[in-house]
Amino acid sequence: MDQKRRSIWVFGDYRNYFQNRVTLQLLSRATDLAKKIEAEVCATVFGHEVDEWVGEYIAHGATKVYVCDNPGLKFYSTDTYVALMERIVRQYGPEIILVGATSFGREFTPRLAKRLKTGLTADCVGLEINGEGLLVQTAPAFGGSLLTRIVTPEKRPQMATVRPGVFQEIPHNYQATGEIVNVALPGDLPGDRVRLVSSERQPAREQKLGEAPVVVCGGRGMGSKTRFKNLFELARVLGGEVGATRPVVYAKWADEDALVGQADRHISPKVLFSFGVSGAIQHTAGIKNAGFIIAVNKNPNAAMMKMADVAIVADASQVCIALIRELKKRIRT
Amino acid sequence: MKRAAVMLKMIVCMKQVPMVSDLPWDPVTGTLTRDVAEGMMNPACKHALEAALVLKERHGGHITAMTMGPPMAEEILREAIALGADRCLMVSDQKMAGADTLVTSFTLARAIEIFCPDFDLILCGCHTSDSETAQVGPQLSEELRIPSIAAVEGLDLCGNAMRIKRVSDNFLETLEMDLPGLVTVATGFYVPRYASMSGLHDAFREPGILTVGARDLGLDDDDVGLQGSATRIMDIFSPVAKKENIVLKGAPKKIVEELLDRFDDTIGSLIRKDLKAVK
Repeated sequence: MDQKRRSIWVFGDYRNYFQNRVTLQLLSRATDLAKKIEAEVCATVFGHEVDEWVGEYIAHGATKVYVCDNPGLKFYSTDTYVALMERIVRQYGPEIILVGATSFGREFTPRLAKRLKTGLTADCVGLEINGEGLLVQTAPAFGGSLLTRIVTPEKRPQMATVRPGVFQEIPHNYQATGEIVNVALPGDLPGDRVRLVSSERQPAREQKLGEAPVVVCGGRGMGSKTRFKNLFELARVLGGEVGATRPVVYAKWADEDALVGQADRHISPKVLFSFGVSGAIQHTAGIKNAGFIIAVNKNPNAAMMKMADVAIVADASQVCIALIRELKKRIRT
Repeated sequence: MKRAAVMLKMIVCMKQVPMVSDLPWDPVTGTLTRDVAEGMMNPACKHALEAALVLKERHGGHITAMTMGPPMAEEILREAIALGADRCLMVSDQKMAGADTLVTSFTLARAIEIFCPDFDLILCGCHTSDSETAQVGPQLSEELRIPSIAAVEGLDLCGNAMRIKRVSDNFLETLEMDLPGLVTVATGFYVPRYASMSGLHDAFREPGILTVGARDLGLDDDDVGLQGSATRIMDIFSPVAKKENIVLKGAPKKIVEELLDRFDDTIGSLIRKDLKAVK
């Protein structure tokens, strides 16, 4: 009986590629954290015919996987998953539970934390263990303009949801082995108060520039109207929108509604690709809420290049074409 | 009579949030000094109220707008009245300051049980613009032991249940939820209406709003606020813009490969595509 052994749990959220990726990223972080508090890393997998995920989580760092494989779990159901998770958490008493901040994770985890009467920090961008062995959770507030560090001093488990892409997954290790704990689906789970009528993969939705998570912005450095058009293809491949600077709109390479930086035309994409933009103040004021910025410009001293996460010193149009090619090669559908 | 009025009894939970983004915070407790900043109705709460108003127009109904916060948060309840809410409930007590989502949902639930127990539907905004946890709605449903659905984009009555549309992790879902239940309303689908000037004028002249404190809810000091919270804020800080400003040079093809190799996770997760090089 190693019931006393501390454990860090990662909820296995596998329904689509990115949900699964964040699960793998959390297993990686859990592995680092576990060393500091001498804990084991466990994953949970609920669903039907889920062997694939069990194997993948072991290969990515889980040394134990709690599996509930049942036809009744074929579809994600928040009610059922919360009830099931509550039971096994009460039975095994993990120290920490990490869940990806996916739509599902953000609905499921608050309810689980409430049932367990413990603290939960949403949308973390950092997780550490402090000198007292507590999980220090860093989370954004006010649209990311402030960060807060939060702990749950007494209640257990300590719980956090974490944004996808914050941590790096560890490479797949085919030699890894882990223990599998099969959990039976309790017969007395509550009835379905919420019923799934239909579920289909969402077709691409028209987005507006202001709310688009991905924006490809072009300036005069693109060279010509014909070359500027490649930005629309790049935006299509990236699933984003095209923005433009004032000179480009004046030159009629792009429509007025693509203009970024005039009054009220602020954008806040999570990732901004900026091609041949010098970075006049009117423009940079409109993009100050952008997340990750990649700028391409021949001039390494352009203002836009200085405020970028990645500054590419090259011809904007050529990089645009190369990027379209490389992305098409890599993106699996 | 074309059809019998359904009279949906709805509660819209709302929060006043600071209007500015540069905020003073209390360095000792690590919580925001909310009374310094000017407040407004949290944007997502406006969408929740709008959804309730649409349901009321369609089926008949009664809307209670409620909030928990400092006395100045009364403003958003008056705004809700001007927009069409029928009744207000203000939960306010100095002892409730510094509450995390666990204790906030607990406190709201007690107020609902005492002051509006016969509700059919609770509507919340999908998240607040200040703390952004999106947790209070789902946790309130747990506390009241009712079903809930987060981030809904459309909802209507279907028999005795709610028919709901939403997108969750790229799945377009249609769901049916028993009543009483709770939804959190996504932004961008209901367009909040504007309050007329005369409506606002009247709303602010209305007599006092029903305000209840911890004692009215039968709660002790250590049940509410910071004392009742499971989490503690260690500190709040402004993330210094420390961009690495990595410079890449060379042939476009090489640069692009390097970019996607080094940042496949960062860019890939943001555009929701797998960018690992195909072997």
